[in-house]
Amino acid sequence: MGNKDLLNYTLQLADDVMILGHRLSEWTGHGPVLEQDIALSNIALDLIGKARNLYQYAAKQEGNGKTEDDYPYKRDVLDWTNALLVEQKNGDFGQTIVRQFLFDCYHYYHLEALSKSSDEQLAFIGAKSVKEARYHLQYSSEWMIRLGDGTEESHQRMQQAIEDKIHYFEELFIPTETETRLIQTGIAPDLAMIKEKAMAKLNAVIQESTLSLPDQIFVQKGGRTGMHTEHLGYILAELQFMQKTYPDMQW
Amino acid sequence: MNKNLPLFEIFIRSKNGLHHKHVGSLHASDPQNAIMNARDVYTRRQEGVSIWVIESKDITASNPEDSDAFYAPAEDKVYRHPTFYDLPDEVKHM
Repeated sequence: MGNKDLLNYTLQLADDVMILGHRLSEWTGHGPVLEQDIALSNIALDLIGKARNLYQYAAKQEGNGKTEDDYPYKRDVLDWTNALLVEQKNGDFGQTIVRQFLFDCYHYYHLEALSKSSDEQLAFIGAKSVKEARYHLQYSSEWMIRLGDGTEESHQRMQQAIEDKIHYFEELFIPTETETRLIQTGIAPDLAMIKEKAMAKLNAVIQESTLSLPDQIFVQKGGRTGMHTEHLGYILAELQFMQKTYPDMQW
Repeated sequence: MNKNLPLFEIFIRSKNGLHHKHVGSLHASDPQNAIMNARDVYTRRQEGVSIWVIESKDITASNPEDSDAFYAPAEDKVYRHPTFYDLPDEVKHM
């Protein structure tokens, strides 16, 4: 209870953007065209920048000489509480866009609400990041529409990507026990209200993209309690390679 | 992909009060997409406050063969330059 809740929540927020930022950074140098290579790298930098702010805040709460680096580099799979959506593979550009769009629908409205948190530092980070997230949502929405309502092949690929990824969307709106307590004290935003706004945006863009949601959605969850898909292990193997090979190295 | 996407010329205004300046070109599916791409490619280091885009094919350029007829006659007409005025230091971007 108390400080432990705030710490866990800070880490949960950080883990989402750290992992998604890392996934997007995998596109750097491999984008379909130069313009999109830069665009995805920019978003990666925004997300990792936000993750740093949150990890720094977590380290400050914990004290004991903890630093921002300890969280991304020294925790194993079970300790990470990011949602399953963000650790899913990049796939093709369309699948990356769908994953990004689903996250942005949640992220933008979540930050908007977080900027009014009763916790001063979280409110500050929310207000700072919401401008970036507004652009991310605009970027991914525009690509949803262009590719969904594009050629026959792009439409078919986007529809497939939606059907693959939509099952991971709901988890973003299921509060953890920690979150439920923090919602009551006004530190964490009310997810029900965020979900309403996110769904409205999702439906509007899906419709304009001439895409459709599948009739049946099987909610995939577990990330928030450390139960991850097999992908997170591979991400951490790469992300933490240097730290594991040369512990606490300096250069 | 680039082969199917038209080329756009990008103009950025570096700050309010200045004019838009040509900064380069990029590929995009349509003008709105070109603005987003320009934001990512050309303004990531705070280079601008406003973006204009235009499809390259919509620009009509002068012909280099006309250079003599176009520009040479101005060479000996120094009186067309307002160089005989003293400009106060406060006047910038003249």
